[in-house]
Amino acid sequence: MGRQRPGQGQIRIKGKKEPDGFERFNRVSKPANVVLNIVFFIMAMACIIPVVLVVAISFSAEESIQEYGYHFIPKIFSLEGYTFLVSQSKMIVRALGVSLLVTIAGTVLGVILTTLMGYVLSRPGYKLNGFLTMVVFIPMVFNGGLVSTYFVNSQLLGLKNTLWALILPLCVSSFNVVICRTFFKSTVPESLIESAKMDGASQFTIFSRIVMPISLPVLATIGLFLCFSYWNDWYQSMLYMEDSKLYSLQALLNAILTNIQMLAKNAATMGLGAAEMLAKMPQEAARMAIVVIIVAPIACAYPFFQKYFISGLTVGAVKG
Amino acid sequence: MSHEVDKAAVKKEIIGNKRPKGKKRRWNRDDTELTLLALPTTIWYFLFCFVPMFGIVIAFKEFRINGRFLKSFWTSEWVGVNNFKFLFATKDIWMIIKNTLSYNIVFIILGIVVPVAAAIAIGQLHSKKLMKVYQTAMFMPYFLSWVVVTALVWAFLSFDKGLLNNLLESWGMDRQQWYMKPQMWPPFLVFMNLWKGVGYGMVVYLATITGIDKTYYEAAGIDGATIWQQVRYITLPLMKTVIIMMFIMNVGRIFYSDFGLFYQVPRDSNSLYDVVYTLDVYVYKQLRTSTTGMSAAAAFIQSLAGCVTILTANWVVRKVDRESAMI
Repeated sequence: MGRQRPGQGQIRIKGKKEPDGFERFNRVSKPANVVLNIVFFIMAMACIIPVVLVVAISFSAEESIQEYGYHFIPKIFSLEGYTFLVSQSKMIVRALGVSLLVTIAGTVLGVILTTLMGYVLSRPGYKLNGFLTMVVFIPMVFNGGLVSTYFVNSQLLGLKNTLWALILPLCVSSFNVVICRTFFKSTVPESLIESAKMDGASQFTIFSRIVMPISLPVLATIGLFLCFSYWNDWYQSMLYMEDSKLYSLQALLNAILTNIQMLAKNAATMGLGAAEMLAKMPQEAARMAIVVIIVAPIACAYPFFQKYFISGLTVGAVKG
Repeated sequence: MSHEVDKAAVKKEIIGNKRPKGKKRRWNRDDTELTLLALPTTIWYFLFCFVPMFGIVIAFKEFRINGRFLKSFWTSEWVGVNNFKFLFATKDIWMIIKNTLSYNIVFIILGIVVPVAAAIAIGQLHSKKLMKVYQTAMFMPYFLSWVVVTALVWAFLSFDKGLLNNLLESWGMDRQQWYMKPQMWPPFLVFMNLWKGVGYGMVVYLATITGIDKTYYEAAGIDGATIWQQVRYITLPLMKTVIIMMFIMNVGRIFYSDFGLFYQVPRDSNSLYDVVYTLDVYVYKQLRTSTTGMSAAAAFIQSLAGCVTILTANWVVRKVDRESAMI
């Protein structure tokens, strides 16, 4: 491209910040730019502000919340929400452990299962290609519905009250398989695979030694999709977890939102009476502190991983 | 299997691409290995997708839990379409289907118009740095779970401590029971859906826009086209495919709703029953509280209608623009 339009290239190199004359001419006017900036600023703030409010609440003292309600600036600053959670570390740490375990195990398993299928489907001339394509495509169009799925998972497969219930149902999605297939088809050169085959490599060797290492972008994309969906999942817990010992952070927050006494109930086992505990504990701040614990890793991580998400989202829109 | 045979097979496969139609290639080592590689995922699909598909027939049974699943399945009595009769005898089901469809229609329209407009507009900003900042900020809600969003909404709408009520009070107005006001929830749920989805949609469309060759705009600009004309005659036509894709994907799911949005965000409030109940919420509540019969019947209708809509939408798109069709 640069060769075709050498003039433009030079200008870009000279003044990186200022676009060249034509680009300056062919864009919205200054006032329009200001208006657009204001609109987007408001929209961006609308997306950020609720989180800021929750962070502020989590750092407020309980008596100030009780008296003045929720505010952006804590009337009395306090860490008691967090210290309370630390004092309840058994419950919080366990929930955090469940969340981490499920996220890591699910992501690893999901990436393996998805890429395997994606690779096999990307092979031209494979005998069962048509059959397996149907296996992947039919669930995109039709599914058994919640009731049937629930009974199969809980009764037939016996996943109820096990961590498998949080991991297995979410680990493969046809959407991800199609992303993988498209990626392998378009970026892994056929000649590379053929030459490996000539050297006597088995398909497994080709997959693990050749295809995987050169497919890191798609692994990152799928891995991130899975990672976020596992970390954010509360629905599976709501369906299959009756045992509050196996609650993830999201499930714990869900339970606490509906019933703040959950926190007190757990605290009560530590010697204090439940009623006494409920009166004493920083309910509001503690609840919002859990939200902060859930959101903080996401908020810190996603700006850096955005581009992988975007590449995945756009690849998915291209059919293979 | 010796090396020689394998090489021959490979050679055959390379040539095989050009072989005349109808002549079947024989099963070779490659096929065996690929089948083994695909086996774990195929088993997963069988257990978690296909078994439930057959399990859908419990909508025609009086399903009672009686030991293990298969035993309950066999011992449950066939009741024909009784479950459906009961379901449609309640007046709730019509209200629920109406809710599901009307919310989805609004979501589909706004879910395309707003992000497309936002993507086009954000691309016009002079400062690319600010553009990146806005985009990142607006993408964030997409990464929050509905449970977290529920907590955020609660911080604004709670009766005794909520920020909104605090503001109303400081302006000399009365506190409101937001969770008991059915009339404010439909617009609010539409807003929340947009709030969570605009950043995501914008990113998808923006990726398409940045993929458009800049020289089109330069040529149009030199010919004196205004920004509006450039958007109308270059950007929008080139975004057609991705917009149609998103459209069919959403229309295909018109009988499905975001369970978290309709169940969690209104905190399962009884006063909001009429305006927030969608098929997913209904199926879940029935499954939890009472007989499985009606729940299974509703789930059956949802699956079947969903299948029909997605295939129809896809068929229509094939007629209009073959390239954009999903299947």
